[in-house]
Amino acid sequence: MAGITIEKIEKTFGATPVLREVSLKIADGEFLTLLGPSGCGKSTLLRILAGLEVQTAGSVAIGDRVVDGVRPKRRDVAMVFQSYALYPHMTVQDNMSVPLRMRRLTAWQRLPLLGRFLPGTKATAAEIERDVIRTAKALGIGHLLARKPGQLSGGQRQRVAVGRAMVRQPAVFLMDEPLSNLDAKLRVQMRAEIKELHNRLGVTFVYVTHDQSEAMTMSDRVAVMLDGELLQVAPPQEIYADPDDRRVAEFIGSPKINMLEAKLRDAALADAAGTSFTVAADAGPGTALTVGIRPEAFHLVETGGPNVLTGAVRLVEHMGSDLFVHLNVPGTEHPVVARLLAERAPQIELGQTLHLGVRPERLLIFAADGKRLRPQGHAGAKVLPIKERMQ
Amino acid sequence: MSTSATHGLGSPAAITRHAILLITGALILIPFVWMVSLSIKPPGEIFHASFSFWPKQFYGIENYTKALTEAPLPRYMLNGVFVCTMIVAAQVLVCAPAAYALAKLEFPGKNLLFAMVLIALILPHEVLSLPLFILGYQIGVLNTYAALVFPYVVSPFGIFLFRQFFKTIPDDVIHAARLDGLSELAIVWRIMVPMALPAIIAFGIFSVVGHWNSLFWPLIAVRDQNLMPPPLGIMAFKNEEAGNDYGPLMAASTIVVAPLIIAFLSAQRWFVEGLTGGAVK
Ligand SMILES: Nc1ncnc2c1ncn2[C@@H]1O[C@H](COP(=O)(O)OP(=O)(O)OP(=O)(O)O)[C@@H](O)[C@H]1O
Ligand SMILES: [Mg+2]
Repeated sequence: MAGITIEKIEKTFGATPVLREVSLKIADGEFLTLLGPSGCGKSTLLRILAGLEVQTAGSVAIGDRVVDGVRPKRRDVAMVFQSYALYPHMTVQDNMSVPLRMRRLTAWQRLPLLGRFLPGTKATAAEIERDVIRTAKALGIGHLLARKPGQLSGGQRQRVAVGRAMVRQPAVFLMDEPLSNLDAKLRVQMRAEIKELHNRLGVTFVYVTHDQSEAMTMSDRVAVMLDGELLQVAPPQEIYADPDDRRVAEFIGSPKINMLEAKLRDAALADAAGTSFTVAADAGPGTALTVGIRPEAFHLVETGGPNVLTGAVRLVEHMGSDLFVHLNVPGTEHPVVARLLAERAPQIELGQTLHLGVRPERLLIFAADGKRLRPQGHAGAKVLPIKERMQ
Repeated sequence: MSTSATHGLGSPAAITRHAILLITGALILIPFVWMVSLSIKPPGEIFHASFSFWPKQFYGIENYTKALTEAPLPRYMLNGVFVCTMIVAAQVLVCAPAAYALAKLEFPGKNLLFAMVLIALILPHEVLSLPLFILGYQIGVLNTYAALVFPYVVSPFGIFLFRQFFKTIPDDVIHAARLDGLSELAIVWRIMVPMALPAIIAFGIFSVVGHWNSLFWPLIAVRDQNLMPPPLGIMAFKNEEAGNDYGPLMAASTIVVAPLIIAFLSAQRWFVEGLTGGAVK
C-alpha cells in the first residue's frame, strides 16, 4: 500500500544545506507529524515528497514504487498548502473539480467549447460534479460552491483546500501547516476535524507544523526536525517524556523544561544549583552534564536536601487547575518553573522560600554534546534507536 | 480624497502641484481640441486670425461627409482593427509563456535571457526598420497584412510586464496546479493568464494604441491603399485629395482617434490596476 520510505534525503540550495541525511519510514495509514521551528526544512522535505522539488541526494519511495523523477501528478499524493493556494479566479466548485478534470477527462475533452460535444464528456463531467458536491457536503462547504476564494473566510478557504486535496482520493495526504492562518479557536476545531478525516479515510498523512500542541494531539508519531536533521521520531508521549536529545526536550513542552548545568561528583551524584542530584552516568568525576526537569516533575517538600531545589518565589501564574511557580534558585541562569496543583495557591506568596523535590527517575540527563544519558537497565523497549524502531 | 484632507488644497505645495498638472494637461489637450474645432469649421474660417472654438458657420456635416466618402476611411479603420487584433493576439500568445518561464522556472541562462529582454526594451523599434524591411522582403511578405504584424509579434515590453506580474503570484499556486495535474502550458493559460488579466488588458490597450497610431513602419511595409492602417491612410488622403482642405482632414483624424479615446476611458480602471497592482491583494 502507500507507506513512504525516505532514504538519506539531502537538499542544498546553492551552498546552504537545508536537509541533511533525512531517513524516515512512514507506515501505511499513519499520521506522522513533522515538527520543527521555522526554517528547519519541513516544507522543503514535504515538497520533495510531492515531487515539486528535486532532492540533491537520496531517494523517496511511495508504496513499493521509487518515485524519484516521477512527476507530481503521477505520485498519487495531494497537498494542502499553508497559504491554501486556491485559484482565485475560479469558483469553489471549479477549484475542487480541477484535479478530477485533469485525471478523468482526456485533453480533447477538456478543450473549451469543443470538448463538451465529444462522446463521454457529459457523463464524466456529471460524475465529477457529483463527487465534488459530495466532498463539499462532507466538509460543510456545500453552500459555498458558487463563490470565489476571495469571498470566503480563512476557515472556509482552508476547508476548500482540504476538499481539493480530498476529492481525488489520494494515497497520501501532505499538509503544510494548514492551520497556521486560523484563529486559536478555529485551529482547535479544525485539528479535531483533520484527525477525524484521517480516521475516516485511513490513508497516510504527513503533517507539517511548528505548533507542538498540534503535533502532540494529532499524531501517531512525531518527527522532530531541527536545522535539517531528524532528531527523534517517536509517538508524542515518548517524545515528551523520553527525549533523545537536549534540543528535543527543549523544543517540546510548555512551559519549557528546566535545564540545570551540573558537574558529576561521582558515578551516582551530580552537583547543580546548590544541591545534588542522583544520576547514573557512565563518566568520570568532573564531567559537565545538563539535568533537565519538566515543570510538572516537581512536588513541594518541607526541607532542602538531595534532589531538592530551594529558592525564592518570583512569580506565580494561575492557569485554572494548575499554577506555574517561577523560582529564583541561586546558581541557575534562568528562573526554575514548576507546575503545581492549584489547591496549593493560597499558601504561596511572592518572596517566600520554597523547596521543590523531584524523584530521581524523572530527571533527564544530557551529556555535553546534547545526547541523552540513560541510566543502565532503564533502556528497554522505549528507547530503541530510531532505525530499529522502524518496522 | 483622504489626501486633500491631510494636505489641504489651500497649501502652496498643493496649488503648485495642481497648477503644474493643469498646465501639462492643457498642453497635451490643446492640439486635440484644435483638431476637433478645425474639423467643424468651413475652409474660410480655418486661417482666421482670431481663434474661437465654435465656428460662426457650422460646417461639421460637410467636413465629416467628405472625410468618410472621399477617402476609403472605413477601409483604413477596418485595416487598423484587423492588424491591431492580430498583433495583440500574437503578442499575448508569445509573451505569456515566455514571461512564465522567466518568472517561475529555473533553467541555465535565464538571467542572460532576461537581460536581453531588457536590452530589447531599450532599443527603439525604428532602429530595426531596415533589417526588418530586408527580412520582410526575403520572406516575401512586404505589402501584405503579415508585413504589418510580424515585427511586433515578440514584444519585450509585454514579456517584461507579464513577468513582473507573474512574479507576484505565489509559487504555492503553481505547485498546487502541478499536483492537480496541469501541464506547464496549461498552468500558463488556465492559471497565470486569468490571474494576470488586469495586466494583460493594460498591455492590450498599450499595444492597440501604439499600433493603431503607428505610421513609420506601415509607411515602409505597405504601398497598397487597401492595406493601409488609419494614420497612413490619412496621410495618403492628404497628399492625394485634400491639398489645403484641412477641415475634412481634421474630421478624418477625429474619427480615427475617437475609438481609442472611447476604448481607453472604458478600460481605464483595468489599465491603472494592471500597471500598478499585483495578482494577490
Ligand atoms: N528556493 C530556495 N532557495 C534558497 N533557499 C531556500 C529555498 N527554499 C527554502 N530555502 C531555505 O531552506 C530553509 C528551509 O526552508 P523551509 O521552507 O523548508 O522551512 P520550514 O521548516 O518549512 O519553515 P516554516 O515553518 O517557516 O515554513 C530556509 O532556511 C529557507 O531559507
Ligand atoms: Mg514551511
